[in-house]
Formats: sequence, structure tokens, C-alpha cells
Amino acid sequence: MSSPHDVVITGIGLVSSLGEGPDTHWQKLAQPSQKPVLEAARFAPYTVHPLPEIDWNLQIAKRGDQRQMETWQRLGTYAAGLALDDAGIKGNDELCTTMDMVVAAGGGERDEAVDADILAASESRNDRDVLLNEKLTTELRPTLFLAQLSNLLAGNISIVHKVTGSSRTFMGEEGAGVAAVETAAARIRSGQSTHILVGGAFQTEHSDMLLGYELAGYLHRGPWKPVWQRQGAEGGGVVSGSGGAFLVLEQREHAASRGRRIYAELGPVVSGRARRARGELDAEIALLLKQAAQPNGKLLAMSGASGAHAATSAEKAALDANPAISARGFATLTGHMKEAQFPFAVALAALAVDRKAAYPVFDAAAEKPFEGIPASVLATAIGYHQFEGMALVNAA
Amino acid sequence: MANFRDHMGRPIVAVTGIGVVTSLGVGKSDNWAALTSGKSGIHPITRFPVDHLNTRISGMVDFLPSSSRGASLLTYELAETAAQEAVGEAGLNAGDFGGPLFLASPPVELDWHDRFALYNSDKQDSGAERLLRVARGLKELDVFETTQFGSIADRLADRFGTRGLPITLSTACASGATAIQLGVEAIRRGECDQALSIGADGSATAEALIRFSLLSALSTHNDNPEKASKPFSKDRDGFVLAEGSGALVLESLEAALARGAAVLGILSGCGEKADDFHRTRSKPDGSPAIAAVRAALADAGLGDDEIDYVNAHGTSTPENDKMEHLSLSTVFGERIGSMPISSNKSMIGHTLSAAGAVEAAFSLMTMRESVIPPTINYDNPDPAIVLDVVPNKKRDAQVRTVLSNSFGFGGQNTCLVMAREPV
Repeated sequence: MSSPHDVVITGIGLVSSLGEGPDTHWQKLAQPSQKPVLEAARFAPYTVHPLPEIDWNLQIAKRGDQRQMETWQRLGTYAAGLALDDAGIKGNDELCTTMDMVVAAGGGERDEAVDADILAASESRNDRDVLLNEKLTTELRPTLFLAQLSNLLAGNISIVHKVTGSSRTFMGEEGAGVAAVETAAARIRSGQSTHILVGGAFQTEHSDMLLGYELAGYLHRGPWKPVWQRQGAEGGGVVSGSGGAFLVLEQREHAASRGRRIYAELGPVVSGRARRARGELDAEIALLLKQAAQPNGKLLAMSGASGAHAATSAEKAALDANPAISARGFATLTGHMKEAQFPFAVALAALAVDRKAAYPVFDAAAEKPFEGIPASVLATAIGYHQFEGMALVNAA
Repeated sequence: MANFRDHMGRPIVAVTGIGVVTSLGVGKSDNWAALTSGKSGIHPITRFPVDHLNTRISGMVDFLPSSSRGASLLTYELAETAAQEAVGEAGLNAGDFGGPLFLASPPVELDWHDRFALYNSDKQDSGAERLLRVARGLKELDVFETTQFGSIADRLADRFGTRGLPITLSTACASGATAIQLGVEAIRRGECDQALSIGADGSATAEALIRFSLLSALSTHNDNPEKASKPFSKDRDGFVLAEGSGALVLESLEAALARGAAVLGILSGCGEKADDFHRTRSKPDGSPAIAAVRAALADAGLGDDEIDYVNAHGTSTPENDKMEHLSLSTVFGERIGSMPISSNKSMIGHTLSAAGAVEAAFSLMTMRESVIPPTINYDNPDPAIVLDVVPNKKRDAQVRTVLSNSFGFGGQNTCLVMAREPV
């Protein structure tokens, strides 16, 4: 039963190694035996899914704006622009100035050359704090701080796309993406907001972004494998990818009143914080599954599984335990996009519902086919280290 | 029967616990005593060498066990200390809070001391390659945790038994106010009876200082640190980087009264508006800040003649204080010349991610104590900014309502309206 305060998805902006836009992603992912785009040399022994060729001018018209951002901010601003375009909101002053925004963000890119220079000098200096002052005061580009600051992705979206109703940035890896979507949906359902831009981006092609995983040994090493098949392989199981996902969420009534096409309805969005050291993850995943989806029949699940051994095997076990669920681990084809992972999962779920077709298996050895039309699709993000979330996306 | 709903039919949100830490000390009592006697917490930097630095003063919190252990651990300790005071005052179970957590904290990065230690623990190859190889051999998660944006909130959630997925947020210098706003909204939506909102910032590292310095945002009045932060003065020359934390226990008025809790104040309105003009500068007409103030008043159901006192953002930068004056005088009209407006930052400096929460705590105390803390160092008024800044000395006054402003890089504008009593 639809209600006027339902949350519907009216815009999708996607970028990954597969390309950009919902159509491209649908075409590629609906193609059986689609091969991932991999970069195995640049960051060896790690493999990443690199950004595709992007013409930034298409969404960020001013070169001056592009220069003020590092790649992560550009990527997010670009993906946000795609979503706004897709929803017919871009360039509409009235809709942009009243639009709320929740961005899931980590940090941006440090200057690797300056850092490497300081580290090299530290080998022969004992006054390292003085060395830091000396180098940072002279070598840092003054505006780099802004180009890497977490809330400046949202700031740049305001500047470039004129989204100014409100601007909030959530931090905290996959959990930030979950909380962003959950909070945005809650605001719409309660009447606090009529239309919200929500999403995130992750640019993994930078050593600090790999270090963020590898300080706990989370990255997969050696030959690439699909996300479900990395248990026991060298390393921690995560293969990261650059990408971004933004959604335009809208109150159903608001979308209908402006005659917009609706991809899907966003049903329950649930989140949790299992105390994993106490062994709570299995129970937490089971609980979230129960809260998000009680499938009457078979259910397609767009799993954001990262490949991280413990989290991924727990999620796999929970999904496999329910014979009605057919899971698709999309990180096999996109890599793990951290803050963007959950919005990306929700976007892929919405596309399947909209196209009235399931994705073929991304990994024939670990996934089972889904026949028929998926009326509802589950989206999941079980954090590689902490925080969990799921959403059910329903036919419009 | 008390009215538990506001002018829009939403649950009224009460404050039942307040905690605060600044360079002036730990806890409300020490902070309030210092703040009302016009004492400055700004002092020379001793945490790291200041060679080559243009700014050598700050409002760092140097007296906690974690003060020299890096931004992540200090931010955690600041948050925990303030939250402990707030939860204790609220009389809630300190290990089983039962509501959600909203944490405003600075973006995290691998601390340079850890970066140096990792790098120099090996000799093979160089740069990022060496760091990554050393990283994957680490046996402990301590360093890793300091680089995860969700880890501080995760630890706090363990410590206080908050419910669900904790939200860590950044709206730059408005973060503390946003954390409170998120708590207010969650209670209004009926998702919870209680929320714990914390703003904490222990990120005054050398690199942070240098970054702000390179943007020409910091005061360089090094010789007389206590005089460096001088909001609304003609010779103001930037803000003073500082650390601190503020925590509020927010609670639906109905739930608070039902359990017999003391109501310390009401969080009656929140307003925000993003600016699309520039990454660090505000739109010249001040329209986003004006819209944020008006949105907060409308949310609180108050007219512009119903605010008794403004707790200013008042950073002491040339730009902020000018723009804040422009927006306030636009909203409040002629009345602005006679409304008391003071800046806590004149004494504690700019606590960045914590500022909105710290200043909300002080705003609530202003109403409770009927004393307005002064704007100190107001010796040379800016003739272009005609405001009653409560210069240099505290003032006794009945304050029923407060507007607290927070503005940040990235076009962030968030305003809170607080009241002494439910309307």
C-alpha cells in the first residue's frame, strides 16, 4: 500500500570502474559473465578497481571549481550531479535551494609527495616535530586542506550544484552510508523534508586510502578472486574500488506532484552496531534481516560484502541460511567503495526493481540464479570492521 | 498537566544533562567560574615545538591523560569526560544510556608520530610502499582504530551503552550544533526518548595549526596569548585554535518529567542553511546565515523580538564577525544594538567540531545562572560592528531564550534556539 509520505527514489548517480550512470551499470551488470575492470600493477601487491575515464566538465562546469577539489571531492560532486540530472532537479533553483543533503564521507587525499619527502627526511633526523613544521609550512599547498576536508564534498556540491536546503556530512566508513540513507528516509517519512540528496564517494587510488584498510591487514593480496572466494587467500579479503553513488530520495507526493518517474520505493532501512569482539555479528545480521525483509517468496539481495574475512563469511552464512535469498556480491565487479558502498547497494537494488529483472550471478560458484521479476530487493552493507545496515527496496 | 508538545505538535525536547571541557578546565563548575570572571584559557603551545610557526598560541586542553597521545585518543577522552558529566547529571545509567549517540568530531588521519614510527621501523624500499608493508604486519589494532572515522563513536557507544548505530558527523565549525540538531530531530520523530549529543575536538596538532595558518585564519598575537582572541574588535586578526568538548543529554520533556529528572533547559529550535558562494567565505549579502537564524526562530516558534541573548559564533576573524553582525542586524533590525551578544571564544578560542556543543552548554548555563559571560579583550571596538557584546565583564540578566550561532567552512550554517522554560 503506497502512502503520500513514502520515500521514493527518483534519481540515481553512479560511477564505478564499470562506467557511469544507471543505464551503463544496468547494461554491464545484467550481462552474464561480466568481467571486472582491474588494476593489479599500480598498487601491487594490491588490486583495485580504478576509476573510468571521466569528463569532469560534464558535471563540474567551472575549471576553477575542479581545481579546488582533489579527485575524491570531484568524484562525489560528479556523481551527485548525475543523480540531480537524473531526477530532473539540476538547474531548478527552487528545488535545489530547498533540497536537503546528507553526504557519507571519509577524508580526502593528502599530498603523497610531501608526505614521502618528510618520511624520507625523518630517517636522518631526530627532531621530527621540527622537521614537520619546517616541511609542512613550506611545502603544503594552502588550499589542499579544503580539497581534502571531509565536509567539503558536501560544500562543493552546494557550490557546484546549488543544493542548499541543508548540508550534513556523516563519517564512519560503511556505517556513514547506512546512517545517511536511514536518516534521510526518516526525515522524509516524518515530513521534515520533501527531497534529499544522499550518497557518498570513495577514491581508492591513493596510498592513504589503502593504508586505511591495511593498518589492520584487511586488503586482499595476490591474484584477484570474486568477493565470496577470498577466505583463506593471502591477505584480508578486501579489494577496494573507486566509485560514487548518490540517490535523490523524495516524498512520494512530492515526486508525483512534479510528475517524476519513480525508480522504486525505499522501504525499511535498518542499522546496527554489533559488538563483534563479543561475537554478536551473526545475531546482529540475522536481526537486521528479520527487520528489513520477511520474504514471502524468493528475494534478491544486493550485498555490499567487502570480502573482509570475518564480516563476509558471517554475511554469507546468514544469507545462505535462507534458501529464499539469492545474493549478488557486487564488490566482485566494483570493488569495495567504503562510504559509498551502501548507497551503491540501494541504487543497484532500485535498478533491478525498476527494470523488473534480476542481475545474473556475478560468481557462478557462489551465487544462485534468480528467476522472475524481483518485486523487492534487499540491499546490505556489513562493515569490513564495524557497523551494519540493510534496506528493502520495493517496486514503485 | 504539562504541555509536552511544541507549537508544531512535536515532542518538546528538554536538556537533562550538561557536560563540558575546555582549556579553562574540566566540568561546568570550573568552566563557569572562569568564564564569568573573564578568564582566558589561551596559552603558549607546549605540546609540540613551535619552530617555523607563525601562530604559537592555542586553547589546547593540556591537562588530560591523553593530551599528548594524538588527536584520536584525546578526542575520545574529551568526549567521554563531557558525556560522563552530562549522563551523571541526568541521573541515567552511565553504562546503559539506552538512546542514540550523535558525535561531532574532527576528521581523523594517521597521526604523524605513528606515521614516523611505522616508517622508521623498517629500512626496505620507501614512501607509501614501505608504510603499507609495515602496516600489514602490525599485530595490534590501536593505530588502525585511530584512522577509522567511526571508531571514537564506537568506543563511546560501548562505554555509555547507547542504542544502535552511532552517528559521527562533521559540518566543520558547526558540527557541535549539528550533533544537537540530530538528537532533537530523532526525539521529535519519536524514534527515542533520550539522545546523547556530543561535540569533541582534540585535533590541535601541528599539521592542523599549519593548515589553518596557511589559510590565514589564525591570530598571530603570540606575545600576549590571553589577548589574542578579540571578537568584534577592530584589530581582530583571526581565531585561536582550541580544543574542548560539550555534551548534552536530550530528552523528551514528557519522559524527563515522568522519571522525575531536573529539566535544565529546552532545546526549542534548530535551523540550517547551506551557502553556495565559496569554500571559506560567506555570500556577501549574508543570506544563508540570515536564513539559518530565521529557520531556527521559526522552528522554535519564536518571533525576532523574543530572543533575549545571542551566544555568537564570534570567532574573531575579520570575515566571520563582520558577516555575523550583518546577519544578526538584518534579522533583529534596530533592536540588535541593545541585545546582549557575547562570544565565549574570546576566552576559550575556537574549539572547531566541539564549538557548537560547548557553546550550547554555556548558553544553557547562562539562562540557569542569570549571568551572561562577557566578550573579553574588547578594548578597541570595531566601529562598523555596533553591538552590545557584554564587554569584558559578566552581566547579571534574566535570560529566557538564547540563540546560538555556528558557521563553518563549506557553507555550513546551523543555529540553535534554547529556552529556560517550556513555553
